[in-house]
Amino acid sequence: MQQRVNQAETKTATLWQWINNTFHRFGSPKYFYDLTGKLLPWCWAGVLLVLIPGLIWGLAFAPPDYYQGNSYRIIFIHVPAAGIAMMGYAVMAFAGIVTLVWRMKMADVIAKVVAPIGASFTFLCLVTGAIWGRPTWGTWWEWDARLTSMLILFFLYVSVMALRAAIEHPDVAARATAVLSIVGIVNLPIIRYSVNWWNTLHQPSSIRLTGSSLAPEMLYPLLACIVGFYFLFAVLVMLSARNEVLLREYRSAWVKKWLKP
Amino acid sequence: MNPKRKRRLTIIIGLVCGLSVAVGFGAYAMRHSIDLFVTPGDIAAGTVPTNQRISVGGLVVDGSLKRGDGLTIHFDVSDNKSVVAVSYDGILPDLFREGKGIVVKGMLTEDGRVVANEVLAKHDENYMPPEAKAAIEKAGHPKGV
Repeated sequence: MQQRVNQAETKTATLWQWINNTFHRFGSPKYFYDLTGKLLPWCWAGVLLVLIPGLIWGLAFAPPDYYQGNSYRIIFIHVPAAGIAMMGYAVMAFAGIVTLVWRMKMADVIAKVVAPIGASFTFLCLVTGAIWGRPTWGTWWEWDARLTSMLILFFLYVSVMALRAAIEHPDVAARATAVLSIVGIVNLPIIRYSVNWWNTLHQPSSIRLTGSSLAPEMLYPLLACIVGFYFLFAVLVMLSARNEVLLREYRSAWVKKWLKP
Repeated sequence: MNPKRKRRLTIIIGLVCGLSVAVGFGAYAMRHSIDLFVTPGDIAAGTVPTNQRISVGGLVVDGSLKRGDGLTIHFDVSDNKSVVAVSYDGILPDLFREGKGIVVKGMLTEDGRVVANEVLAKHDENYMPPEAKAAIEKAGHPKGV
């Protein structure tokens, strides 16, 4: 019995050790550069094989909605963009925590490159929502809880970018933007649950853990678009993070070697 | 984890928790101003001020739509418990249907009617092709579900 407990403890310890090692390995810019070099082609494949067919399927072949006709098709861009906007913010805030606690250089690279990408997806979500809102609701914009909290997310992204641009010293900029990103986390559950907590013009989520209120022939292309947008996000983040790594590490031996083969 | 990192992590977790509680209290205190609209039930309960700009949300009662003089139209809005009569002088959104959700903006009069100056159609979370909708109605389910 005691032996088994010991064995389990050793296993947990090894697993923890493995997580710890992996985590610290990510702190190395060279390791990140090599790893993303191997991952990028797979993510590009995801974009080509999942996102593009998903969009064509949703925008051209899925049936129209009985009530909104074809205007509902904006869902195939709007919903994935909203998901990426929020997930991107969570990534940026988590990178902020790693920057503050572990002082890891790579975490700040991620935080820096995610901000403009996340802001773009938030903007895409807001614009597609407005374009859909005009024919559906009869208004481009309404100050309801969902729309307003999403607009705040956009402003948070923009202020994180502005703060970084305003501080010259890179380490100070990293820490200041990390604090601002972390403070903004509070907005994420507000966006997610705004449609449940308050009376809003925006409808509640159609896809829930318990099931979906979309017809299957609309749900599957939407799921493909959501997964495809994640691949696209991964590609964009990796590409700009790799550039940022080269820019920050241009003095190190491995970058010099890479530049002059 | 070394003590310095542990301390920094504790501070951050404390900051996020404290902030969440503060924002939570703030949002709870302002919950009625954050709501985009009141319901016919709130009007029946007498908690809605008269002669002020308000928004009322609910379902358009089946068969309640009547055309009046000129562009004026009358319909009832219900939250399945209470009903309020609305009159509106203007153009309805394309997706305005009896049995569907809407939000009207306007004023509550002394006699408990709403005079609207803007009507927004509200969409629900259900999406389906026309054939599926026809099949559901054929099977005897009520409209608007």
